[in-house]
Amino acid sequence: MDLPKPNSAIIARKSQIVARLQAVLPDAAVIYDAHEVKAYECDGLSAYRCPPMIVVLPASTEEVAAVLKICHAEGVPVVPRGSGTSLAGGALPTSDSVVLGASKLSKVLETNYADRYIRVQSGRTNLSVTGAVEANDFFYAPDPSSQLACAIAGNIAMNSGGAHCLKYGVTTNNLLGVKMVTMEGEVLDIGGAHLDAAGYDLLGLICGSEGQLGVVTEATLRILHKPEGARPVLIGFNSNEVAGACVSDIIKAGVLPVAIEFMDRPVIRAAEKFVNAGYPDVEALLIVEVEGSETEIAEQLALITDIAKRHNPVELRESQSAEESATIWKGRKAAFGAMGQISDYMCLDGTIPVSQLPFVLGRITELSEEYGLAVGNVFHAGDGNMHPLILYDANKEGDLETCEKMGAEILKLCVEVGGCLTGEHGVGIEKRDLMTTQYTDADIEIQLCVKDVFDPKWLLNPAKVFPLSATDTRRAP
Amino acid sequence: MNPTTESELAEVIASTKSPLRIIGGDTRRIGHPVDGAPLHTSGLSGITLYEPGALTLVAKAGTPLAEIETALASENQRLPFEPSDMRGLYGATGQSTIGGVVATNASGPRRIQAGACRDSVIGVRFVDGQGQILKNGGRVMKNVTGYDLVKLMTGSFGTLGVLSEISFKVLPAPEASATVMIEGQSSAEAIASMSVALGSPFDVNGAAHVVGKTVIRVEGLEGSVKYRAAELVKKLGGSVVDFDWVTVRDLTDFANRAGDIWRFSVKPSDGPKLGAALCKTGALDVQFDWGGGLVWALAPEGSNLRTVLGDIGGNATLVRASEASANLSVFHPEPKAIEFLNAGLRAKFDPRNILNTGRMG
Repeated sequence: MDLPKPNSAIIARKSQIVARLQAVLPDAAVIYDAHEVKAYECDGLSAYRCPPMIVVLPASTEEVAAVLKICHAEGVPVVPRGSGTSLAGGALPTSDSVVLGASKLSKVLETNYADRYIRVQSGRTNLSVTGAVEANDFFYAPDPSSQLACAIAGNIAMNSGGAHCLKYGVTTNNLLGVKMVTMEGEVLDIGGAHLDAAGYDLLGLICGSEGQLGVVTEATLRILHKPEGARPVLIGFNSNEVAGACVSDIIKAGVLPVAIEFMDRPVIRAAEKFVNAGYPDVEALLIVEVEGSETEIAEQLALITDIAKRHNPVELRESQSAEESATIWKGRKAAFGAMGQISDYMCLDGTIPVSQLPFVLGRITELSEEYGLAVGNVFHAGDGNMHPLILYDANKEGDLETCEKMGAEILKLCVEVGGCLTGEHGVGIEKRDLMTTQYTDADIEIQLCVKDVFDPKWLLNPAKVFPLSATDTRRAP
Repeated sequence: MNPTTESELAEVIASTKSPLRIIGGDTRRIGHPVDGAPLHTSGLSGITLYEPGALTLVAKAGTPLAEIETALASENQRLPFEPSDMRGLYGATGQSTIGGVVATNASGPRRIQAGACRDSVIGVRFVDGQGQILKNGGRVMKNVTGYDLVKLMTGSFGTLGVLSEISFKVLPAPEASATVMIEGQSSAEAIASMSVALGSPFDVNGAAHVVGKTVIRVEGLEGSVKYRAAELVKKLGGSVVDFDWVTVRDLTDFANRAGDIWRFSVKPSDGPKLGAALCKTGALDVQFDWGGGLVWALAPEGSNLRTVLGDIGGNATLVRASEASANLSVFHPEPKAIEFLNAGLRAKFDPRNILNTGRMG
């Protein structure tokens, strides 16, 4: 993985830059010791590491603005970082950069139940947003697997999804407004507690822009009342194809579950071993969850089990209690961790049209044999967002490279069948060079033009999202 | 000009020397007319892909909305965002096109639960102001590959590019629908009731206060709808009635009345205050949708109702304008820094400033 050559002139000015940052931040909020900055050398994509020059941890919008003004004046690249859980290398630093961490921006600023929103600082973790409103029976819907740790700032940067977005949408559908600081240090309010923008949908543009257009310091988020109840049903099949067909039939039937999750045998076994979720040992397992009152749940599950039975499942089991439901979800949410216990892995995130599910799963099996690397599949089947986990051995020479090659093949396949490179993790550095498989040069150029407008000097997270060759002439030397 | 292919559309735009006025079905005539040679999109017509099992539909921009709704209905599906039919309001007789729906981000009562048009659009193809064919997004409902220009294009009123093809996430049509109606409420009481309903677990997907009636809608499976409607009646009073939501969606009560029409988006609890201030300032009538957050006002021609918004957060759009209001801006003025970004984007997407020039500042 190439990173741009560090600018030695910037590194030579390190002490001067540190002094300027210390003038606007408390001492503890400026980290520049070579050992201490090492803690920020990578994010969730730990195969790639590079310690930054400096890390700053501002605690207010004003401090963020002051930091960005200095970095802008000094021409220093800035890498925004939420909680550092990105699986795409979105927060991977360069050695001449300032990492701007959001960890001290964790306050709840306002909750409003009559208008159903919460305003928080962007470093607050996803789950603690729900935590702030659950005493009133409300929740924040997007629920990435990393929700215990991941920050709203990162959720907005990557437009994160989660298991329940089939019904509730992803981050962009639940984001009402942001306070954002531009690279020049100007503070903008975009959107708010009301719906829809007056002019261009800049809020929609910023969400998912991977920290390249501005640094979001506050977010206004839609909150919803919790459903009266929720219940998952486990449906096991002896073939991935049949499981895929069952998903399609459930959706066509007009009942829209809140989640349809898919796991294949390697993942089922790993999750079972890890947390004893009570999963059957089958080729493909669906977790289908519905919500509502007791009678509503019964009505929906009757319909779903009817459809499932037509596909001759080998296991069909409704959760009998709240504990059992929690255990079922625990297995799914721990799936990545469970696979990590077995082996190093690379997690892909391509999305495909649901109709292509059986074909793509078949092709992945063939590629797995061809490259000699095992694959586990766990994903959001309702929306076609796949998560193939390619297992490799980090200590074995060349294994990571083989894994990367195979990953690229799978992602190209996703694009070929009408899908995309990434459904919810973001491009980061991981899929940067594959952008040309999905987009023409002109499609990419217009996106670069958007960044030109927001960040003319190309200082914000500049080495991400687009192939370096496409951004060479724009990035600071 | 009425190109029939995307490449013809690109040629027309690349070779034009003068500004273009983009026309789908000419049924959503927001604000004041703009100058320019008419460029019709109705020649770019037809559904190019429909996969009910994947909840996905792709259509060329000039496809009539009615054609899309019919195709979806045949599979018991629908567009989630309940697009309005504005013909009554504007006295138009044409066929609304899907491109016009997207260009104006036309979103009806269900917006509060199912999202706006911008939340259902998952991919666009368009031609920019230099005649380049571009795409963004695709045909899958989860896609974070690169910047989300789909959102930027939706609701940009043809000022950043001319849409040629659009992909949508669609939803199953519900088995049943029920409306709880409460009569005789003031707007403050109505908005309080709607707030309770929208803050309940009953998945309300319509909440409006029109012509003195508060209406609250639930949809879904038969048994579930019955249950939730009954629970809402228990909480709020009122009764379950037959109600045609088209009257809310299309603002039919304003359609045949003279005057300018303003549209305010505010946080719902500000609705009553705004509504009262609008009436005091000369509004002839007001209606509330989106739980009180969408306020429609009918006003004498030329009256500047935007000033009423004052320091209430939100925005005001002059949706139906008369000659007397020619000096009033249609879209809400943005803070300078944001207007600077908007102008920057326009200059990149349409450097010659030929697409619906002046429509959005």
